Amino acid sequence: MIEKALKGGSGYWAWIIFLLAIIGMGGMFYVQQYNYGLGITGMSRDVTWGVYISQFTFLVGVAAGGLMLVLPYYIHHYKDFGRITILGEFMAIAAVIMCLLFIMADLGQPIRALNVLLHPTPNSMLFWDMIVLNGYLFLNVVCGWAVLHAEYKGVKYARWVKYLIYLSIPWAVSIHTVTAFLYCGLPGRHFWLTAILAPRFLASAFAAGPALLLLVALIMERTTKFRVGQVAKDKLVTIIGYAALLNFFFVGCEFFVAYYSQIPGHMHTLDYLFWGLSHDGHTYNNLVPFMRASMLMGLVGIPLIFIARARQSGGLLALSCILLFLSLWIDKGLGLVLGGFVPTMMEGVTEYYPSVQELGITAAIWATGFFVLTLLYKVAIEVKLEQEG
Amino acid sequence: MKKDRRDFLKVAGLAAIAGIGAPSAFNMLLKGEATASEQSAAAAGQGEAVAAPTGKRWGMVIDVRKFVANPNLPAKCVEACHTIHNVPNFGNPKDEIKWIWPDKFEAVFPDESHYKRHEALHSMPIMTLCNHCDKPPCVRACPTKATYRMKDGVVAMDYHRCIGCRFCMAACPYGARSFNWRDPRGKDENGNPFIKTVNPKFPTRMRGVVEKCNFCVERLALGQIPACVEATGTTGAMVFGDLNDPNSEVSKVLSANFTIQRKPSLGTYPSLFYII
Ligand code: SF4
Ligand code: SF4
Ligand code: SF4
Repeated sequence: MIEKALKGGSGYWAWIIFLLAIIGMGGMFYVQQYNYGLGITGMSRDVTWGVYISQFTFLVGVAAGGLMLVLPYYIHHYKDFGRITILGEFMAIAAVIMCLLFIMADLGQPIRALNVLLHPTPNSMLFWDMIVLNGYLFLNVVCGWAVLHAEYKGVKYARWVKYLIYLSIPWAVSIHTVTAFLYCGLPGRHFWLTAILAPRFLASAFAAGPALLLLVALIMERTTKFRVGQVAKDKLVTIIGYAALLNFFFVGCEFFVAYYSQIPGHMHTLDYLFWGLSHDGHTYNNLVPFMRASMLMGLVGIPLIFIARARQSGGLLALSCILLFLSLWIDKGLGLVLGGFVPTMMEGVTEYYPSVQELGITAAIWATGFFVLTLLYKVAIEVKLEQEG
Repeated sequence: MKKDRRDFLKVAGLAAIAGIGAPSAFNMLLKGEATASEQSAAAAGQGEAVAAPTGKRWGMVIDVRKFVANPNLPAKCVEACHTIHNVPNFGNPKDEIKWIWPDKFEAVFPDESHYKRHEALHSMPIMTLCNHCDKPPCVRACPTKATYRMKDGVVAMDYHRCIGCRFCMAACPYGARSFNWRDPRGKDENGNPFIKTVNPKFPTRMRGVVEKCNFCVERLALGQIPACVEATGTTGAMVFGDLNDPNSEVSKVLSANFTIQRKPSLGTYPSLFYII
């Protein structure tokens, strides 16, 4: 089955080589980081997590988003998702691999990573995160591969696979809940200390994951013979649209609590993210353009995706998916983690700018994810097309 | 009793979330996180009502008035601590490592910083170091037990176990922790070592691990007082001792003076007290 990834046209190979080139460049930067230390990044004593951990947080969401494709098919027997559940599972695999790579890139002592398992510490949320993430990876690899292999052989998958798939559904919720718990249980970080964080993470995940998937499906319509089907696409629009709406509703709740209560600790980070925070005669606002763009793209993207469906316009659909995905990426993959460090625990403000090396390594990890995704999707759609003759 | 029950519910809730975490929840109960002294405390809903558990509990009173009276004292304390503990100096705020430092009143006590505060509070040097919290969020967050709480209240670190995830830095509400962003044993472009003179009696750290004030455990083990306290000499600017011994000097100072703590509403139960 795997040999299907080794056959492809020139476009396919150009894409693979492009990804490998980025991975190679990032690998070189990582050697630099490994030799110098994490000081090569833009992180500092005050902003101790940067793009690595924020990408990690966002990608856990993309992984969890796969749930929205698996659940309708296996629980509600929604047959029109038959062609895309496997894509959801494979996207989850690629996303979790990126998550684990981002964590490794962020560790000061990556060689000691296994200490988390050698000295298990149940009171640490990071310990649980490691367990649920690796468990989710395992579940998706096993389920995805078993189902596809059965299809390849033209038989129905084994019974035990079904139970693992059932297990993977609550497991998907757990990965993003535990990831939210990394942040929302810390005293003193007011921006993160909110019970709505886990629900908000899930809402944005259920929009961002399927949005990426729909986008990939649209690309595959142009480059391959594979079609996910109009009904499935329309259904995805419903899922993405409502999940994104829910996310922005939660964001609105955060705004209300902060600005109606007028409690400074609750307002400071939102001030910093959306308007700029004045401190000691200086206004700090390096994330303001991003956060405003995120808000705008989200508010435009939601109506647009429904309009695109009503008009059956592939171009508009792709545009709205890009807008929503970017919006949620900035919101969670940038503002959420970086914002939590402003103001500092000593009531100061330190801004963070990622370094070239840091961005290079980040790009390489994304490229690795797309590399894995490409290979898995290649195999998946070849098998599907073959079965359908 | 109310407080006691609530704590139990908290623990039980955590255990339910954790599922297999139940053994650790029982351990917490058995190890006396909910001790007799806590049960008798009023259910104030805030940190300040709870007394220290029984047994030895190291603590410190910082008398800011004495630091104001002796303006060279803050630098002396910092020098004493950082020399003895091989704390590197990178010469920039981004890589900075510090175990103890003077900071502004409004940075250390944001909740006490109203807009009509006394003139004198604006320029006061407040010595800042790890609080050796009784319920330390850094210990709760650490995934490897590289940061742990000792029986006598000292929150200590194992540099050889730390994976450098910096979860503890996000968790500490007091900014007490520093990370080795680069090799502290190295030299700058001009060939000057980051650690001016290495104290062979104390380990230097490696790149990629977190560090902070250790309450001078290595000196306490020898029956000495912390280096910063020693540096204040006879001024009485810093008093160190057993908070649970009513006859210790620190207990006497605490009962004779009005003191405040940093962010008590977070329920971390710091071991540091300040006289302003
Ligand atoms: S002050 Fe910070 S580092 Fe020190 S024990 Fe408390 S939480 Fe931990
Ligand atoms: S950086 Fe080290 S001490 Fe801090 S939480 Fe991670 S492993 Fe524990
Ligand atoms: S108690 Fe010891 S380690 Fe802590 S600041 Fe004072 S001298 Fe440094």
